[in-house]
Amino acid sequence: MENQILQIIYLIGSITFIIGLKRLSHPDTARRGNLIAAFGMTIAIAGTIFLYRNESGESFSSTNIILIFIALIIGTVLGVLGAKKVKMTAMPQMVSLFNGMGGACAAIISVIEYQHHFAVGEYGYMGTVLAGLLIGSISFSGSMIAFGKLNGNINDKTIPGQSIINLILMAALIGTGAYLTTLPEPNMMLLGVLTVGCLIYGVFFVMPIGGADMPVVISLLNSFTGVAAALGGFIYNNQVMLTGGILVGSAGTILTILMCKAMNRSLLNVIVGSFGGGATSTAAIGNAAMGTIKEISVTDAAVLLSYSKKVMIVPGYGLAVAQAQHACHELETLLEEKGVEVKYAIHPVAGRMPGHMNVLLAEADVPYPKLLEMEDANNEFNSTDAVIVIGANDVVNPAAKKNPQSPIYGMPILEVENAQNVIVMKRGMAAGYAGIENELFYEPKTRMLFGDAKATLQKLITEVKAN
Amino acid sequence: MEQLINFLSTNMGMIYILILSVFLGIEVISHVPSVLHTPLMSGANAIHGVVIIGAIIVMGQAEPDNYLALTLGFLAVILGTLNVVGGFVVTDRMLELFKKKKKQ
Repeated sequence: MENQILQIIYLIGSITFIIGLKRLSHPDTARRGNLIAAFGMTIAIAGTIFLYRNESGESFSSTNIILIFIALIIGTVLGVLGAKKVKMTAMPQMVSLFNGMGGACAAIISVIEYQHHFAVGEYGYMGTVLAGLLIGSISFSGSMIAFGKLNGNINDKTIPGQSIINLILMAALIGTGAYLTTLPEPNMMLLGVLTVGCLIYGVFFVMPIGGADMPVVISLLNSFTGVAAALGGFIYNNQVMLTGGILVGSAGTILTILMCKAMNRSLLNVIVGSFGGGATSTAAIGNAAMGTIKEISVTDAAVLLSYSKKVMIVPGYGLAVAQAQHACHELETLLEEKGVEVKYAIHPVAGRMPGHMNVLLAEADVPYPKLLEMEDANNEFNSTDAVIVIGANDVVNPAAKKNPQSPIYGMPILEVENAQNVIVMKRGMAAGYAGIENELFYEPKTRMLFGDAKATLQKLITEVKAN
Repeated sequence: MEQLINFLSTNMGMIYILILSVFLGIEVISHVPSVLHTPLMSGANAIHGVVIIGAIIVMGQAEPDNYLALTLGFLAVILGTLNVVGGFVVTDRMLELFKKKKKQ
């Protein structure tokens, strides 16, 4: 009886996940969608604790239930604290961190299942358990590296021949896993070696990837963990784990592919782990034709903006780092009061995550209709008097169109050079996250405005007020 | 080979769910505006925290003297909870910002 009720609860849980994801795809219903999925998750967890019966009809022992609750409370407190305290700019790291937790959870389940339910000759079952371990631990260590990179604790590193090493290591891991399924009894030693190998692979996988490609990696690791959860569903014959995991696995993969397309990379390239950092070594090519850069004073910039008809703001990661979204919104409203039409041009991979800029600008109460997607924005640059690029670099680099040697060649960009004037706000002349020069800065119509984005914006606001 | 066929046929129901869910996931996400990519990724991240169910089953069934299973199970439940709770709360925080704006 209990098991039947639990099955129904799992069914409801699966439906809430589907509805939740569906609603998450519309701005109006997104928040409710998230709550619906959270509700489904809660009943599935509570149902499992109280209604789960094993083959002989026994429920969990009360000691174990108490231990489960203690663990749940610890996890909840840490999770809520972490999620509430994190700054909006640090969101991508946080998602990566939580994703890693899920991956580790899946890997641990596999370790216990391997020891506990070892079955000779059950290749399918054992294979599923080991695949869960493999994917879960890669997702864990990979996410931790992604977290460290986005947090600025870890730099890009590439070993020569990295992609070949990765391929060999992957083959060795799969080989070891396959060998483990054929053994007559559990070999915890070898399982430990396999786990460590997977963790190392996860590190190797993310380590050489440049920051500009980090969104792709997080999305991919997210779908990895989804698959690991789904494998858990197979192990326990548990439908809610299967549906939840696979939904995320497939949705995450599609999101990854969409992002790869936006950055002109193939998914194979991602999996082999050879993009980003590796490509930057060739990036120096094509700097020769660059002229000199021209600066603009805050006062001149303020005059230029105040007397423009139409201004387009291109935000990037620099805006996020400087926490300048509120100042940016203030400048926008100020200019609007003066009769200037102000819009934002949002590149799909600006920042460190797709939609990163949207979240930030939403925090500063910038109205939706002002945010233009890349194609719409590109249609409007011709009629734009002034573009302000705030802390963005690679997404406005014309090399993506002109220079076939450039590592970002082929990536769609915001064509800001079509506007009458371009003001680039930047802290200094350092290259963007992809590590390449930007010839936009040397264009005759470009003026540089150096300084911290927030401080500069505030000065600009004062000047515009004075005008 | 026989093993494989056996495995597939005993799990046929699950495999149907798997295939249909794959297409469902693709279908659901293909209509998402890029504005919502970050919250969606975060929401999906919370949903794969469903792996915690497995951790609870492992933990609940661990014998009192199996310290490996107890310790690892305990850890797995904490990690899974972090994934679920943290994921949903972060997503809600992001979406809160979107909602606030809608009123204006």
